[in-house]
Amino acid sequence: MTKNDNDIITGKAYVLGDNIDTDIIIPAQYLTLIPGIPEEYKKLGSYALSGLPDNFPRFVEEGRNESEFNVIIAGKNFGCGSSREHAPVCLGAAGVRAVVAESYARIFFRNAVATGELYPLESTQCLCEQFKTGENVQINIQSGQITNLSSGQIFDLKSLGAVAPVIKSGGLFAYAKNEKMI
Amino acid sequence: MSATITEKILARASGNKSVKPGENIWTNADILLTHDVCGPGTIEIFKDKFGSNTRVWNEDKVVIIPDHYIFTADKKAHRNVDILRTFAKEQSLPHYYDVGTPAYKGVCHLALPQEGHVRPGEVIFGTDSHTCTHGALGAFATGIGNTDAAFVMGTGKLLLKVPETIRFQLNGSKPDYITGKDIILRIIGDIGVDGATYCAMEFQGEAIASLDIEERMTICNMAIEAGAKNGIIEPDQKTLDYVKARTNKPFTPVYSDKNAPVAKHYDYDVSTFVPCVAEPHLPSNYAPAKDRSKVKLDRAYIGSCTGGKLADFIMAAKILKGRKVKIDTFLVPATAEVAEGLLTNTIENKSLLEIFAEAGCKDIAPPSCAACLGGPEDTFGRTHGNEVVISTTNRNFINRMGSKHASIYLASPLTAAASAITGYITDPRDFM
Ligand code: SF4
Repeated sequence: MTKNDNDIITGKAYVLGDNIDTDIIIPAQYLTLIPGIPEEYKKLGSYALSGLPDNFPRFVEEGRNESEFNVIIAGKNFGCGSSREHAPVCLGAAGVRAVVAESYARIFFRNAVATGELYPLESTQCLCEQFKTGENVQINIQSGQITNLSSGQIFDLKSLGAVAPVIKSGGLFAYAKNEKMI
Repeated sequence: MSATITEKILARASGNKSVKPGENIWTNADILLTHDVCGPGTIEIFKDKFGSNTRVWNEDKVVIIPDHYIFTADKKAHRNVDILRTFAKEQSLPHYYDVGTPAYKGVCHLALPQEGHVRPGEVIFGTDSHTCTHGALGAFATGIGNTDAAFVMGTGKLLLKVPETIRFQLNGSKPDYITGKDIILRIIGDIGVDGATYCAMEFQGEAIASLDIEERMTICNMAIEAGAKNGIIEPDQKTLDYVKARTNKPFTPVYSDKNAPVAKHYDYDVSTFVPCVAEPHLPSNYAPAKDRSKVKLDRAYIGSCTGGKLADFIMAAKILKGRKVKIDTFLVPATAEVAEGLLTNTIENKSLLEIFAEAGCKDIAPPSCAACLGGPEDTFGRTHGNEVVISTTNRNFINRMGSKHASIYLASPLTAAASAITGYITDPRDFM
C-alpha cells in the first residue's frame, strides 16, 4: 500500500502560471535539508513554494508543514531550472498529490516519477483560467480526467503511459523491486 | 544509417549498433558526478536501497566535488560536507575533492573537465542540471535527480530516452565584442525557456570552431535554460588538446554524420549579433544591451560555472583595466585553477588581480558557487533586498540570488564589466 494506490484524488486546488521554476518551488537556502531524514523531509514541506512572489497566498501556513492545497494547477514548463529532487519532494511532503500542468521541465518530471512523490499530470489545454485557488477538484487517474467540483466542468488529461505503474508503486526503486529488476 | 553525435554516443553506451530518438535504452555511465547539495541525499537513498555496506559500482567513476555551500557558518551545510567525506572514505573514492584541503577545487562543472574527468564520446550523469556543460568536450552529459543518481551509483546504468537533436549552425566570423554568453542568450531568447525540452542542442559552424573550450562551455552550460537534455559540440583539435593535457585515459571521440537527420535546424550569422542581456526573471528575456542603457544597477557579479572561468575574468579585465567601477563588483573564480590564473595572467605587466583591485572591485572570494544560487544568508555576494544586479551567471529566476525582491540581468563578462564602470547596463563596445 503506497500513498499513490488510490486512483481518485480529491482536494483543493492551488493555481499557478507558466515557468514555475525550482527556485520558486524550493529556494536554495533550504537545500541543506536532506529529504531522506524524516524531520528534514517534514521541514522541506513547510518551505514548499515559499519562493513565490508576495502577491500569492501562502502555500503552507506559517508554523505548519503541510498545505491545505493538495493539487497544483499550472501552465507550461513546470519545474524548470535545477535538478534538485528537493522540488518534487517538498511538494509531496507538503501533501501535494498531483500537479496538473500543460507541460513539464524534463528533470522535474523525471524526479517526480522516480521519487513517487506526486503525479505529474499533463492537461490537454491550459487549465489556469478554469480553476481558482481554493476550489475543490477531483482527479481520476484511471479515466484521465480532472473535475472542477465547484463549476462541474470536466477536463481531459494526457495519458501517463509507461510511467504510471512507476508512480503507482511509489517510485523507481519500489517499481524496480516489484518487477524483480533489482 | 547516419546519426548525430548524441545518438552515436548513446548507441555505444547502450551496446546497440544504432539508436533512434524516442527509444528507451539502458545507458552505461562513464562518470557520476555529485556535490554537497545533492550528494548527501543521493548517498542516503543509495544506502537505504542497496544496503549500507554496498560498494558503489565503480570507485574510479564516482566523482564528488563539494562546491555549493562551502564558505558559510551554516551548520547543516557543514554536516552535508561531513557526509560526503565519510562516504568517500568508506568507499575509498579516489576522486573526492575535500573542502579545507589542497584537493579542494570549487565549482564542479569547471573542476570536472579541469581534472580530466570529461572525455569526448563518454556518458556523464550529474546530480546538477548544469551537467550539460560537459557536452562542450563532445561528451553526452545530463543532469539527474538524487533517486536516479542513487540507482546509477549502485548499478552504473540508467534508463534514458534518446533525445531528438536540434542543430544550431553558427556561421560567420565572431566579432571580439561577442562572447559565448551573447550567443546562447540570443538562442534562448529565440526558442524560449522550453524551446528544446527533452532535446539535444547541437552547436556547430565557423563561429563555434573559433571559440576556445571555456567559451564553448558557456554555451553548453545554458542548454538546460532552454529545457534541453544535453548540449553538445563535436570535438576538434582544441578539444583533444584540452583533454589530453588533463588525462592519460584513452577515449574514442564521436562525430555527427553530415547528413544525419535532425528534428529542427537553425542557421545564424554570428557577425550580426550584438552584446545582450537577459532581463528578469527568465533567461529567455533577451534584449540588446544598448537598448537597456537606462537600467540603473546596484551591483555586478562575475562568477559561476558559466561565467567565472579564466576566459571570463580575462574579458572582464580587458574592460576594467585603467578604469574604476561605480557599483559594488563581486568576483568569484569558479575553481582554484581560475583563482591561480588571476595571479599568473597579466595584461601589460599587470596581473588580473591587480587590475581588479585598482578598478575598485571587492576582494576576490575563494572559489565556490557563492551567490549564483543565493545560498545560506551569509553567502558572499548574496542579495538580501531589492538589488538590481548584472551577473555573468546562468539563471535570473525570482529568488535565484537570494532575495525574491532582487532583479537579475544576465550578461557576458564584457557587458557586466562595462556596466560596472557606468552603473547602468552598458554595451561593452563603448569601452573597446
Ligand atoms: S555555479 Fe551556479 S549554476 Fe553552476 S553549479 Fe554552482 S550553483 Fe549551479
